[in-house]
Amino acid sequence: MKLIAAMSGGVDSAVAAARAVEAGHEVIGVHLALASNPQKYRSGARGCCTIEDSHDARRAADVIGIPFYIWDMAEEFHDGVVEDFLAEYSAGRTPNPCLRCNEKIKFAAVLDRARAMGYDGVVTGHYARTQIGPDGKTLHRAVDHSKDQSYVLSVLTVEQINGAIFPLGDTTKVDIRAEAERRGLAVAQKPDSHDICFVPSGDNAGWLRDRLGSEVGPIVDQDGNKIGEHKGAYTYTIGQRKGLGLTVPTADGSPRFVLKIEPVTNTVVVGAREDLAITTMRGERPVWCGPAVDSTPRTGFVQVRAHGAALRCSYYFDGSLLIASLEEPLLGLATGQAMVIYDGDRVVASATICETQ
Amino acid sequence: MPSIYVDHAATTPLSPAAFKAITSQLQELGNPSSLHTHGRATRKVLEDAREAIAREVGSLPSEVIFTASGTEANNIALKGLWWNGKAQGKKVVVISAIEHHAILDPAQWLENHEGAEVVIVPVDVHGVIDLAFLKELIANRSHEIAVISIMHSNNETGVLQPIHEVVTLAGEIPVHTDAVQSFKKVPLSYKDLGVTALTLSAHKVGGPLGIGALILRRAYEIPALLHGGGQEREIRSGTLNAPSIVAFSAAAQERYPSTDVEQLRDNFIQAVKAAIPDAYINGESSQRLPGIVNVTFPGTQSDILLLLLDNAQVSASTGSACSAGVHEASHVLLAMGHTEATALSSLRFSFGAASTQADVDFVMSVLPDVIATGRAAHIK
Repeated sequence: MKLIAAMSGGVDSAVAAARAVEAGHEVIGVHLALASNPQKYRSGARGCCTIEDSHDARRAADVIGIPFYIWDMAEEFHDGVVEDFLAEYSAGRTPNPCLRCNEKIKFAAVLDRARAMGYDGVVTGHYARTQIGPDGKTLHRAVDHSKDQSYVLSVLTVEQINGAIFPLGDTTKVDIRAEAERRGLAVAQKPDSHDICFVPSGDNAGWLRDRLGSEVGPIVDQDGNKIGEHKGAYTYTIGQRKGLGLTVPTADGSPRFVLKIEPVTNTVVVGAREDLAITTMRGERPVWCGPAVDSTPRTGFVQVRAHGAALRCSYYFDGSLLIASLEEPLLGLATGQAMVIYDGDRVVASATICETQ
Repeated sequence: MPSIYVDHAATTPLSPAAFKAITSQLQELGNPSSLHTHGRATRKVLEDAREAIAREVGSLPSEVIFTASGTEANNIALKGLWWNGKAQGKKVVVISAIEHHAILDPAQWLENHEGAEVVIVPVDVHGVIDLAFLKELIANRSHEIAVISIMHSNNETGVLQPIHEVVTLAGEIPVHTDAVQSFKKVPLSYKDLGVTALTLSAHKVGGPLGIGALILRRAYEIPALLHGGGQEREIRSGTLNAPSIVAFSAAAQERYPSTDVEQLRDNFIQAVKAAIPDAYINGESSQRLPGIVNVTFPGTQSDILLLLLDNAQVSASTGSACSAGVHEASHVLLAMGHTEATALSSLRFSFGAASTQADVDFVMSVLPDVIATGRAAHIK
C-alpha cells in the first residue's frame, strides 16, 4: 500500500513508520505543524509541536530512508481543536483535545488529503490494533493495556478505521524503545509527551484564564447557599476536592467536592462525596466504530477517561443518544468527556457525555 | 527512473573544473598568510583566483573580499555601509520589497537593534522596483539615507532590476546590490554598474558551497563583523579558504550557455501554458534571468505540489522561505500583488547550464497529473 506516516518527532511514530516500511509499504513521512507560533525547543516533556520535534521527525525519516515533508495544519488545528477546547470549557464541560485532534485532523484532514493524493491510508504510532473480521475492519485495544490509546481513537468512523494503520498495537512501550535503539533512531529515549500539546507550560488553568478571563463567581452548596468564591468556573473539574478555598465548614466536617459547573450563572456547585455518584450517562453525537448500536440493551464496558478503568455496563441507542447504565456507581463524571463502549477489547462506539444521573 | 533537477537557482552542480581545482588544492599545504614557501604557494594560487574573479565581475582584484557565503557578504555590506552612514547622522536604510532574506533580515535587525529606519521600495505587478518612488524618496531625504540595497535580479521570479538607474538616482549615497543570481547569467560589470558594493556566491555558478565574495570599492573602510587576523582588508578576518576560492574562480571562468538555457525556459513556459491553461508566469513581461520561471497554478497548494513532484522524481521549489518547515506565502509575490492564496500556489522551476530538453520533457510528462492531483488534495 501507499501510506503516509504521521511523524510527531517521538519514538512511537518513528518506529511505526519504520515498521510500515519493513512490511513492504511505500511510505512517506509527514510532520504536522499544528502550532501557529511554534516554540524552538521542547520545554520538558510536553507536546509534539516545537521546531525541535519537527527536526527529530525529519532525522528519524532520514534514518529510516523515507521522504519527509511538513504539512501546515495550524489553521485546521486551531479551528477544530483549540477553539473547540475553549468553547467546551466555556460551556462548563471538560473536553479531550487529543480525541478531537484524531477526529478532525489526523484521520480527517490528513487522511482526506492522503486519499486525494492517491495514498491508501495513514500510519500512526498510536497503541491500538485493528482486525479484519466478518464486519470489516474493527478497532481494538493495544496488547499493552497500560499504554492503550483506543479511547482517543474511538471517534473514528468505519471509513476512517479503514484508512488507519497502527503498527505498534501488538508491542509494549518498553519493547518499542528497545526497537528504536536497535534501529538507530535517536528518539529512542525521548520522554513521552504528556498533557495538552498546545499548553506548553502545562498550566491548563492559567492558559484558560488568559483566554477566557477570570470572572469571579459564587461557589454554592446544593441548597444554593453561597459558601465561597471562585476565579473562573472553568478551571474546576467535577469531583475536584482540593483548591476550593472554602472557609465555611460542613456541619459534620466532611469534605466537599465539585458537583456541577454552571457556565450561564458562572456558579460552581459543591456537595458531599456521595452526591457525586452516578449510574447512568447519556452521550450525544455518537460514532460507531463498527456495526451501529441499536435500541436493544447489550452488556459491555464503558470507559470515560483516557486511561480510566473499563466499567461494566449495559448500553443501547435510543435514536439520538447513546445510553450506558453502570453496574456499580461512579464518582465524579464531567460532561464533555467521551464515553467509549467496549465489547471485550473491541471499540464499539463513542459519544460525548451530555448528561449524567 | 530518472531524477530531474529543476532547482538550479537553489544550487547548481559543481562544475568539473571546480571539482578538479578544489580536490587538488585540498592536498596542498600552506596558510596563505604565512610568509614561508608553503604559505607563498597558497597565496599565489589564491591571488590568481582573486584576479580571475575580478576579471569576471569587472572589478579590481583588490576590490574582492572573500566571505563564507552570499549572506555574509550582504550582512557586511548592509551593516557596514549603514554604520558608516550613522557616523554622519544618516539612519535610513533603503531596500526593495523583494529582497532575499539575507538583506531583509539584516535590515530588520538594524531597525530593531541599532536605531535604523528601513524604507521599502515597492515593486509593480511585473516585479520591477518603483523608480518613481525611489526618486521622490531620494529627492526628499537624500541627506538621511545611509545605504540603498536593491538586488540585481530576484531569486524567485528572475526579474532583473534597473540598478543602473538606481545608481544614477542615488548620487553620493552608497548603493549595494545582491547579484548572487545574476553573476554569469546576464552581463554584469561592477565597474559599469557603478555600485559601491556587490555580492556574489560561488555555488550558484558551479562553485562549491560555503564561499562567496563582497566586491567593495577600495576607498571604503567599513566596520568588520568578524575581528581577528585582519585578512581581507581587515573587513573579513579568518584564514582564507584557498581550496574553495580556487574552485570558485574555476567555476566563474566557465561559459554559461545563456541562450540555450533561455530557450529551454521558453520551451517549458510554452508547454506549461498548453497543458495547464489557467497557469500563469510571474514577471513574464519583464526582463528576466534566462533560467528562472515562477508559475502560479490556481487552486493548488505549493507544498503539496512539491511533494507530488518529488514523488515523481522532480526536484523543484517555491523559492521562498520556510518558517519551521512550513512554506510561507512569498513576500516577493505578495509585493507583486498576489493574494496569500495565489502566492501559496506558485512554484519556481530553475534551469542551469547542464539542463536539457529531456529535463523539460520529463517535467511536462508528470506536471499535468501533479496539478490535477494537487487540486483534488487542496482542502483549504
